[in-house]
Amino acid sequence: MSNGVASLSSQPAPSEAAPAVSVNNLRKSFGSLEVLKGVSLGAREGDVISILGASGSGKSTMLRCINMLEVPDSGEIRIGGETIALRKGRKGMEPADQRQVDRIRSRVAMVFQSFNLWSHMTILENVIEAPVHVQKRPKAECIAEAEELLAKVGIIDKRNQYPSHLSGGQQQRAAIARALAMHPKVMLFDEPTSALDPELVGEVLRVMRSLAEEGRTMLVVTHEMGFARDVSNRVVFLHKGVVEEEGAPAEVFGAPKSERFKQFISSHR
Amino acid sequence: MDFAFMRDAFLTLIGGVPLTLNLAFMSVGLGAVLALLLALMRISGVRVLDWPAQAYVFVFRGTPLLVQIFLIYYGLGQFRPALQEWGLWAFFREPYWCAVFALTLNTAAYASEIMRGGLQSVPYNQVEAARACGMSGFLLFRRVVFPIALRQALPAYGSELILMVKATSLASIITMMEVTGLAAKLISQTFRAVEVFIVAGLIYLILNFIITRIIMAIEWWLSPHLRRPPAVEPRLEAAHV
Repeated sequence: MSNGVASLSSQPAPSEAAPAVSVNNLRKSFGSLEVLKGVSLGAREGDVISILGASGSGKSTMLRCINMLEVPDSGEIRIGGETIALRKGRKGMEPADQRQVDRIRSRVAMVFQSFNLWSHMTILENVIEAPVHVQKRPKAECIAEAEELLAKVGIIDKRNQYPSHLSGGQQQRAAIARALAMHPKVMLFDEPTSALDPELVGEVLRVMRSLAEEGRTMLVVTHEMGFARDVSNRVVFLHKGVVEEEGAPAEVFGAPKSERFKQFISSHR
Repeated sequence: MDFAFMRDAFLTLIGGVPLTLNLAFMSVGLGAVLALLLALMRISGVRVLDWPAQAYVFVFRGTPLLVQIFLIYYGLGQFRPALQEWGLWAFFREPYWCAVFALTLNTAAYASEIMRGGLQSVPYNQVEAARACGMSGFLLFRRVVFPIALRQALPAYGSELILMVKATSLASIITMMEVTGLAAKLISQTFRAVEVFIVAGLIYLILNFIITRIIMAIEWWLSPHLRRPPAVEPRLEAAHV
C-alpha cells in the first residue's frame, strides 16, 4: 500500500477506551463440523481489527455470530457492555429476546461480501430504509444525512439509480453508506472486497481507510494484507476455529510466532 | 354473416360485462387474501400448517371448477337447515355469492402456489441484509420480502387474473347473467349460436387485452431496476449545496 496515507498502526487504540465488542469462548458447529472451537476477541471503541484466515477457518462465522446472523452453540457476546441473551430452542440455541437482537443489530452495522443492497429500492432508498423504518427517525433528516453520506463515499450522482445499475465498487460503497446511516457503534465488514474486480478494490478500501481514520470501531474479515498491515491496529489470525495469532500488525507481520501464520502471509504476498 | 345482428348481439352482451368483471375482481381480490395465508402456511415449515394448505391446494387444483360450482350451489342446498341455523343460508341461497365463493376458493389454490414461488425466490442475502439492520417479523415482510416477491410473482399472477375472467363464464350455469349467460339466453331466443359466441369471445378478448395492458403497465412501474438506467443523471447537485 503506498497511497501516502500515514500508517495508523503506529498509534495503538487507547487501552482505556470503553469495550465495544467482546466475544468470549465462542463455539459453533454446523452439523458434525465444528467451525469455531472457543474463540475469544475483544474490541475497544476506536479499534480497527483485521480478522485473517484461510477459507474455512471460521472468520466469517465468528463475525456473523456478533450480530446473531449465526447463533453460537455456546459462549458469550457482549456489545457495549450488554450481553446478548441466548436460550435453548428446539433447533439448538436461539436468541431469547428478538427485540434485543433487533436493537443491537441496528447499532452494529454489517457490510457484506456481495453488497446485499435491496434490488427494488434506489440507492437513496436503500440508505434511508433502516433509519426511517427501524430507528423511526424523521424522513427529511434521514434523506439529508443520506445525501451527505453518499457524497462522502463518492456516489451522490447515483442516488436515484438502482443497485443493478452500479458497478460492484459503487454498490459496496452504497452498502457502506447504508451501514453508516444507522449511526453504528460497531461496523462489521465480511470480506468487503472479495467479490470485486481487482481494479475496483481500491475505491472501497479508500472509503474504509477514511472510516478508520475517523476513529470508528471496525471488525474487518479480509484477505487484503495491505489493509491489515497499514490500517488496522490489531490483527487476529484464525486457523481451524481457534485464534492462532493475535497482536499489533507490526508485531505479527514482523515476527510471526505461529508457523501457520508464517505460511499464510507468505502465500498472500 | 349478419353484421347487423352481430352488432345488436354485441350491444346486448356488453350488458353482462359489469357482472363478469365484478365476479372476476371480487374473487381474485378475496382469493388473494386467502392465497397469501395459504402460501405463508406452506412456507412456515410447521407441519400442522403446511399439511392442510397442501391438501387444500391439491383438492381445489385437482378438481374442475364446474364441479366445485355445482357442489357449492346445489350440494350445499341439502344442508339448508344447518346453514340456516348458522345464519349462512342468506349467503348460500344467492347464486352470486355461490359463484364468488367457488371462484375465490379455486383461485386461492392457484394463486397460493404463485405466491409461494414468489416468496421463495426472494434472495436470502436481501433478507439477511434486512435482518442485519434490525428488521424482523412483519416489518421485514412488509418492506423487503413482500415487495420483492410481488415483483417476481406478478407475471404469473397476471395470467391467473386472465384465467379468472374467463372462468366467470362458468357462473352462467348457475343462472348468473354475465356475458356468457346473456349469450346463452340470446341463442335460445335466436338459435344463432355462431354469431353470438363469436361476439361473446370477442368481448372476452377485449377485456383481457385491456387487463394485460394494465398488468404490463404495473410491471413496468414496479421494475425500474430491470430497465437501463437513464443515460444522463439530471444535474441536481447545485440545488442541494
